[in-house]
Amino acid sequence: MSKKTQVATTINGEAVEFLCEPRQSLLEVLRDTLRLTGAKEGCNNGNCGACTVLLNGLPVNSCLVLAVEADGAKIETVEGLAQQGHLHPVQKCFLEGAALQCGICTPGFLMATKALLDKNPNPSEHDIRFNLAGNLCRCTGYDKIVRAVQEAAKQLQTAEAAT
Amino acid sequence: MRAFSYAAPGSVQEATRLLATANGGAKVLAGGTDILVQLREGLRTADLVVDVKKIPELMELAYDAPSGLHLGASVPCYQLYEREELCRAYSALTDAGRIVGGWQIQSRASVGGNLCNSSPAADTVPALIALRAVCRIARPDGTREVPVEEFCVAPGRNVLEKGEILVSLELPPPQPNSGSAYQRFIPRNEMDIAVVGVASWVKLNAAGDRIESARIAVGAVAPTARFAQEASELLAGKPADEATFEQAGDLARKVASPISDMRGTAEFRTHLVGVLVKRTLTHAVERARQA
Repeated sequence: MSKKTQVATTINGEAVEFLCEPRQSLLEVLRDTLRLTGAKEGCNNGNCGACTVLLNGLPVNSCLVLAVEADGAKIETVEGLAQQGHLHPVQKCFLEGAALQCGICTPGFLMATKALLDKNPNPSEHDIRFNLAGNLCRCTGYDKIVRAVQEAAKQLQTAEAAT
Repeated sequence: MRAFSYAAPGSVQEATRLLATANGGAKVLAGGTDILVQLREGLRTADLVVDVKKIPELMELAYDAPSGLHLGASVPCYQLYEREELCRAYSALTDAGRIVGGWQIQSRASVGGNLCNSSPAADTVPALIALRAVCRIARPDGTREVPVEEFCVAPGRNVLEKGEILVSLELPPPQPNSGSAYQRFIPRNEMDIAVVGVASWVKLNAAGDRIESARIAVGAVAPTARFAQEASELLAGKPADEATFEQAGDLARKVASPISDMRGTAEFRTHLVGVLVKRTLTHAVERARQA
């Protein structure tokens, strides 16, 4: 077994240091070492997007990032979305719009949606479908997901206008 | 994944030295979207993984109209298509970068990595060929340049020797009245591997009705992406109309020697070459007229 490396990151706003082997993926370390089990292992080869987290603000498949590469990086996971016990509008809209069934793909969709709405607060249906193409859902058929993202965009814009 | 050691050198020289002196297998890590899958699935093995994303030259993206595009080998795809001026100047390349995997892949995957992975179906490679890209390669004692159409030699194999890395892709400045486009055929809307991919580049006369020169490249129909020389040369001096595009499509089919697999039969792929040549030429000409 090769030597463990020390990695310093910021996860959901908190400084987090961990030890890992070079061969370990960020997903493995998040789930097995840090017990942040929100990001899911679906395909483990970059197709399904269930392990999506934000790395320095960009959505990535955490199964295709080595944990050692995350040194110095800012990571956001689904665990950081809700604030002070209040669901993020994206989470609320997925829940209320029944945009999930089994839920395995949901954390990945939530993080990709957050990244999309951070970049483009008013996406068209095409923008939503295009930007979420890297997230696969085998239950819902996507229409409810798209509507939940549209509703979340509307609520976030209303909240923005009110402040 | 089998254990390996990891290094993240800060200079080209250090990276080439590490790769040249490594005992056993050493692999380069850029965006990791191919190599990490291959290492995990045992398709490739490594004792040392050299992360090249800390090397400034490989992460540099520099463009200006008089000198062209300097694209560091590890620059992720999203950085290309998010820049309006690059979408205009190198449309075929940004067309391709936008459809390499989904957004999660494009956040990490680089054009240089797409080339070095050397898949016959790589989306960015036909675009690089059509746009006359040149590969700048470094080794411990110097550098060399290779035209992109000579870089890949077989599926998964390229001209890089032990101790060499791809540093950058150099694309010539955009010419007046020129335009380009890349399209692929896939049975889904997104997130799939090209059944056939075609990139076309054209330069029109000032009136915009005649082609002065053109370059067509095809992917996924041969062991490596191919420059369709005969089809490209035919277009010089011809009117920019459908009949001409059709002829070019017929000639481009000659460079196709596809296999039949789950994505399509050889016959279907050969047919698609003609269809996509016509479509990409049409699109490239529209763009050239707007330029």
